Amino acid sequence: MAVSKLVLAATSTKSCKVLLGLRVLAFSATLSAAIVMGLNKETKTFVVGNVGNTPVKATFTAKFQHTPAFVFFVVANAMVSFHNMLMIAVHLFGGKMEFTSFRLLSVAILDMLNVTLISAAANAAAFISEVGKNGNKHARWDKICDRFATYCDHGAGALIAAFAGVVLMLIISAISISRLAHPNKCSSSTAATPSVVP
Amino acid sequence: MVKVTQRLGGLVLRFAAFCAALGAVIAMVTSRERSSFFVLSLVAKYSDLAAFKYFVIANVIVSVYSFLVLFLPKESLLWKFVVVLDLMVTMLLTSSLSAAVAVAQVGKRGNANAGWLPICGQVPRFCDQITGALIAGLVALILYVFLLIFSIHSVVDPFLLRKS
Repeated sequence: MAVSKLVLAATSTKSCKVLLGLRVLAFSATLSAAIVMGLNKETKTFVVGNVGNTPVKATFTAKFQHTPAFVFFVVANAMVSFHNMLMIAVHLFGGKMEFTSFRLLSVAILDMLNVTLISAAANAAAFISEVGKNGNKHARWDKICDRFATYCDHGAGALIAAFAGVVLMLIISAISISRLAHPNKCSSSTAATPSVVP
Repeated sequence: MVKVTQRLGGLVLRFAAFCAALGAVIAMVTSRERSSFFVLSLVAKYSDLAAFKYFVIANVIVSVYSFLVLFLPKESLLWKFVVVLDLMVTMLLTSSLSAAVAVAQVGKRGNANAGWLPICGQVPRFCDQITGALIAGLVALILYVFLLIFSIHSVVDPFLLRKS
């Protein structure tokens, strides 16, 4: 499996480039999910009735702020993309910092926490979208996707990006955990030796 | 001596997580209430909502997995695999809890903008039991986060422990 090969290759410096590439991908996926859902808004005018001969129109807006699950989705995706950006910065510019085991451990734990965060956010938004798309006749909740099609489409795109982010974060977390067992410094300027003797 | 307390701590945590996940499953599966609203009769069961079905399935998987790992011998080579599986199970738990809470929140407060009315006013006992199941799921999740860090500590053995 590709994942086990990635994990086994964690000891080589080629894995550093792989990890960096994965982090860039995860950063872009979660950031695009947050942005697409954050700008998700649709306004439509419906005819709700007739007064005599003139139709009565009402304007309805579908915004992501109406649903707490989507708000959580946007916030969590923003947090995970910020975490990835931070890790990329540490990866690229952290060569001069002292390389201790605490750094590896904190990276691994933060990656694990962010994996759970992004999977929770993506799943909550997915189930709420399912109720919005299909409705629920037991609870008598009408579906809204037939009326606000663009809103639903944009939401679906954001969800796909978030689920891609979930898979990428899982692989990144597995690689970070495996690097705990075989630590090595991921920088080209390795003038200083690691402070912990293996 | 340290190894024995480590193993005992891991076993206690895993047994507690198994009990919590099992409690969540039982609480949600046995929640069923009939209420009559004038001539309409509403039966609320957990399988009406897809998120609750996912919650039950995920917690069943978690409790079966915990029960099996409880009996894994100490010298087995599968412990490294258990770390990866613990991470995936934690992801499963948090995603199922998050989805169930999101849908339960709509059931309790409704969504005025979408025209969805809350249902908790008509079936209060059902709502209370669902709340209890979600709390048990949250306890299982917290225990599994501790277990995950614990498994990494005891299996991968980061340098943080080997202070010279």
